Amino acid sequence: MNKELIRLRVNGEEREIAVAPNRLLLEALREDLGLTGSKRGCDDSSCGCCAVLVGGTPMLSCVALAASYQGCEITTVEGLGGSGELDPIQEGFAESGGAQCGFCTPGFMIAAKALLDRNPNPSMDEIREALSGNLCRCTGYMQIFEAVRYAIEKMRHKSGAAVRAD
Amino acid sequence: MTKPANNYRIIGKPMAMTDARAKVTGLGKYADDLSVPGMLFGKILHSPHPHARIRSIDTSQAEALAGVKAIVTGQDARTPYGVLPIGHDEQVFATDKARYVGDNIASVAATTVEIAEQALDLIRVDYERLPVWFDPEISMQAAENWIHDERPHNIEKEYHHVFGDPDKGFEQADFIAEERYYAGEVTHAAMEPHATLAIWEPDGRLTVYSSTQVPFYLHRTAAEVCEMPMSQIRVIKPLIGGGFGGKSEVIPIEIAACVLAKKARKPVKILYTREEVFYAHRGRPITIVYLKVGLNRAGKITAVQARVIQDGGAYCGYGPVTVLYSGALLGAIYDIENMRFDGFRVLTNKPVCGAMRGHGTVNVRFAFEAMLDQLAHEAELDPIEVRRRNLLKAPCITANSLRVTSYGLPECIERVYERSRWKEKKGKLPFGKGIGMACSHYVSGAANPVVRSNMPHTTVNMKIDRDAGVTVYTGAAEIGQGSDTMQVQIVAEILGVSTDRINLIACDSDVTPIDLGSYSSRVTFMAGNACISAAQNMREQIFAAVAKKLGCGPNELEAKDNRVSKIGEVGNGMTFDEAVATALDFHGALVASGTYTPPEESRGGKFKGAGVGPSPAYSYSAQTAEVTVDAETGQVRVERIIAAHDCGRALNPLTVEGQIEGSVYMGFGQALEEDMVWNEGRLMNPSLLEYRIPSTKENPEIESIIVESGDPEGPFGAKEAGEGSLAATIPAIANAIYDAVGVRINSIPITPEKILNALREKQKSTQGDGASASRKSPSVGEAR
Repeated sequence: MNKELIRLRVNGEEREIAVAPNRLLLEALREDLGLTGSKRGCDDSSCGCCAVLVGGTPMLSCVALAASYQGCEITTVEGLGGSGELDPIQEGFAESGGAQCGFCTPGFMIAAKALLDRNPNPSMDEIREALSGNLCRCTGYMQIFEAVRYAIEKMRHKSGAAVRAD
Repeated sequence: MTKPANNYRIIGKPMAMTDARAKVTGLGKYADDLSVPGMLFGKILHSPHPHARIRSIDTSQAEALAGVKAIVTGQDARTPYGVLPIGHDEQVFATDKARYVGDNIASVAATTVEIAEQALDLIRVDYERLPVWFDPEISMQAAENWIHDERPHNIEKEYHHVFGDPDKGFEQADFIAEERYYAGEVTHAAMEPHATLAIWEPDGRLTVYSSTQVPFYLHRTAAEVCEMPMSQIRVIKPLIGGGFGGKSEVIPIEIAACVLAKKARKPVKILYTREEVFYAHRGRPITIVYLKVGLNRAGKITAVQARVIQDGGAYCGYGPVTVLYSGALLGAIYDIENMRFDGFRVLTNKPVCGAMRGHGTVNVRFAFEAMLDQLAHEAELDPIEVRRRNLLKAPCITANSLRVTSYGLPECIERVYERSRWKEKKGKLPFGKGIGMACSHYVSGAANPVVRSNMPHTTVNMKIDRDAGVTVYTGAAEIGQGSDTMQVQIVAEILGVSTDRINLIACDSDVTPIDLGSYSSRVTFMAGNACISAAQNMREQIFAAVAKKLGCGPNELEAKDNRVSKIGEVGNGMTFDEAVATALDFHGALVASGTYTPPEESRGGKFKGAGVGPSPAYSYSAQTAEVTVDAETGQVRVERIIAAHDCGRALNPLTVEGQIEGSVYMGFGQALEEDMVWNEGRLMNPSLLEYRIPSTKENPEIESIIVESGDPEGPFGAKEAGEGSLAATIPAIANAIYDAVGVRINSIPITPEKILNALREKQKSTQGDGASASRKSPSVGEAR
């Protein structure tokens, strides 16, 4: 299959790569752009390890064609947090034991980021729902929930926003 | 039981994992994240037949394909291997016969994955199909067409153990239960599929990066199969995306990559698809348990008899160890004097089973704890009370020669009893709601290695140079359980320095000493003790030099808060940097080493098969599960699980809780959802879409309670935390289902169909004998 040049906007940077039309977004990120933080855990969109944000919505990059995502704002785990600073979600996963083996962690953090960006004060059911497209085999999820709550607290502290009691 | 006093600075305090930042930034590297210039991509050709003679393999067309750089078959790697010395029955590529769908036939290295896949299609294999064996109870009767000629009747191994006098014990019983239990096959399903990068170096050495939880086994096997000295192979473990036992035996992908790299004289990476992971899995086997337990009116177990049949798949693997664990760990939890165990590991034409979290114990523990609940019911005793009446009097040696040094089970039981408000709930909840409890235990490492020797099971080295940084070299494999962090904590505690001063280098065979690996929950106990020993050795050297300078005895010194000073005179003395500089004056760069060898007394009995089960210490767990069962649909919702786990001492409570919760989660999955479905040797659900592991939606609330019994030989009293809680979860749920709707399901996973069938059966029999419905018996409307 002939390759064609495409432009992807990833973590705020415009990148030009040559890919075959069947190149998956996950492959383009990992192999063409060297962004190996997004993981391949399954082959059929069932595990969520490859999740990235596309315009703020979590998407599975293992079932997305790279060429279809030109002009989109793509955020991978490498794009969370600032220069040397961890995002509160990353801090939460690190401090609360939300990452054991760490393989599912990028996908979970992407899902959590999408959730907290649209709803900074989710209920426990909303957290469970938002993370239900991601699988973790290590934690039993309890410390992942802790991690999200840690991030909520941290963000609330930062913004000083009022939060409803849950 | 009183908690040991904790005057430690670092031990016992929650600590984020040392590699957490690498993981949350996405910058940490797992095997598939690695690539090197000129790297080739490998793919493996698998057998489409469950049992077939290989008449010929023709690779000529595949070799002619542009971009193909090497093709290997069994002719390129003839050395048989296996994890056990008694089971070297595998070749990386089959030469005479394919023995399961997925058996490895050949492998190709090419410039792209696509070319390697095309090349597989061009390999011509002439197979002659042979009779097949799938059901273990039929397979073990086979008169001919055995899977391995040297294993008559397809029985890999059988063991027969008798302790005490079981016949007499059953005579003394007032209640005897006898049931057949069935557990389906389940798999680790670690989120990271296996990957290996093998690099042929210009000097003729081989460097291997692999997703392994036992780098030592890989190192040893790669050397045997590649016919190279171990010293010419360097095995490096990158980050590992979960193991649970599935990365402990050497997996064919690892050896295939090595053999290809050697032949191609190039770096070769192979990555399994998720489907390949399912076929290569080496998970928990289908287990059939014929169990008989006797109980007297006082609630004391009088005898136990277990006949265990495990469906091991086509090769030996860990098989004999798995089946031995299923018998040995009938002991060391309750006081049982009379036991009979007959264990059979049976070969079938299916992928190989092996070690999975709670190795060998889980399915038998399900059967045993469910039967104990049933007997308690018959004896009209509270199930918790029955367990109280069968406790060991530790320290002790059990009937099957297991040494129990610390025993937190009584406290675990009382903690869940209180916390769950058992007394208010058991037998008192409305129809459809129930509470159940069960116990479990596990080894803190095997006291005997698979290859018997008197060598230490682990060695930890350490150095301090002019930068006053402490570098720890360990072979213990971090696979997500927090072992790196645990070792950093221990060294920092003993040297009295902050954890950020410790740099831990793990699992690079050119640099780190050998550790037997992350299996059987051995790392905290064994590598932890070796870290204590190495750090104490290092501290002695520093104290000797500082004592000379301060003009005092070395035993008058203490190290804490990054200072070395006279005991009780924290302000005096010197900083750790000054202490190191002082010691360097005497010694040059400081080096120290520590080892751990299980004591002779912990290594078990002398009978055949006695080597499996003995451990320096056992962990304990007690759990309650609360469920809601919909009698119309058979759906079970597990509302809450409370798990109390005796880990001796929680060196890092954060990771201990994570291990308990993770174990409960995996038990929950096996109890209700997970099952590998086989049809004629093919897996019907080889994906995470079809093999369901629990998501956030159905996972119960899990509350973990840490119990600290303080083991006399554990590092700071610690024992294992990563496996022992799994086995109790399954029977706790099964027993809760009985409490909710009055049916016992002796087959896992407990699916809605099984519950509905049992409810219908119960209803029929209730109507049949005209007995009045007991409290929990469903009415006609409820059952339909």
